[in-house]
Amino acid sequence: MLGVHLYLAQRVTALIMAPLVIGHLAVMIYAVQGGLSAAEILGRTQGSWWWGLFYGLFVLAVSIHASIGLRVVVHETLGLRGQVLNLFTLAVAAGLLWLGGRAIYAVVIA
Amino acid sequence: MQDPQSTMQVSVWRGDVDGGAFERFEVPRFQSQTILDVVTWIQRHRDASLTYRFACRVGMCGSCAMMVNGVPRWTCRTHVDKALGSGDSLEIAPLRNLPVIKDLATDMTTFFDKWTRAEAHHHPTADRSDPMPAINPADEKRVAASAGIECINCAVCYAACDVVENNPDYLGPAALNRAWTLINDQRDGGRVARLRAVSSDGGCHNCHSQQSCVQHCPNELNPTLSIAGLKRTSALAALKGEL
Repeated sequence: MLGVHLYLAQRVTALIMAPLVIGHLAVMIYAVQGGLSAAEILGRTQGSWWWGLFYGLFVLAVSIHASIGLRVVVHETLGLRGQVLNLFTLAVAAGLLWLGGRAIYAVVIA
Repeated sequence: MQDPQSTMQVSVWRGDVDGGAFERFEVPRFQSQTILDVVTWIQRHRDASLTYRFACRVGMCGSCAMMVNGVPRWTCRTHVDKALGSGDSLEIAPLRNLPVIKDLATDMTTFFDKWTRAEAHHHPTADRSDPMPAINPADEKRVAASAGIECINCAVCYAACDVVENNPDYLGPAALNRAWTLINDQRDGGRVARLRAVSSDGGCHNCHSQQSCVQHCPNELNPTLSIAGLKRTSALAALKGEL
């Protein structure tokens, strides 16, 4: 249930996520050790196109990567296939995009 | 030398596509006895209706593979001593991941159909009027082809593969290994058709690289490495727009 294009999409998004995960962890450790409050963090992220781009790309990559991974798991464990499996994959991707998009909106734009 | 005092307990799966159960036999031990010897002894001395498949008895034809104590093995080349380990009983069953015809004989149709689906057959680029192409055995692609060429189609890797078990469309290690040898054969002209075939929904990209095929291949081939080669080659071909 994994053709070459989905395979490539999952590998490319993994490549994109690798540095983003390291960056995310570094920022978290920095923020915690520095004792930054939520207001101070929001003060740095709100209105920042840089952080919007960073986490926007992160959310997009996660949505594609995780939905393809779950597609394989669901096919092999529950036997979903065909259009039902495609709909499941799209639903997971859309759900993750929506959740991640809401978080970015709250932290960067709102 | 036969030791008439020594016997072992052997459970053999009996049944057909509708189901079955294990039947126990007490079988004498012999020196250098193989699993195929055990099955043959049961058929000759205890139950002539026991059904199983074999031909060459020397590890060439790939027809005698069965599950032995839960492990897929070529039974003609597997000594009882090796299969028993520290235990004293054998359990012999038909190959996993294939439908049963009767007792220990499985229906290999799906297995061989998948070879066809993977385009794992030669696409000629010359006919008998053309000169014989010179093949350099040290050529990098020829080395890759030669590494996987000794497959005997025994389906041990197919029975060992958990992806085959959970994804019935998956082409399986043997067909993909054969496809990889042909991708690297300079006399073959089916590259794009084969890459398309192995890049389909049940193709090489479904392999999880668990390497059960490598673990159990009686000829010590490495289908996982072949599949990795197919993944790499097909991904590059897709990026170039060839697929």
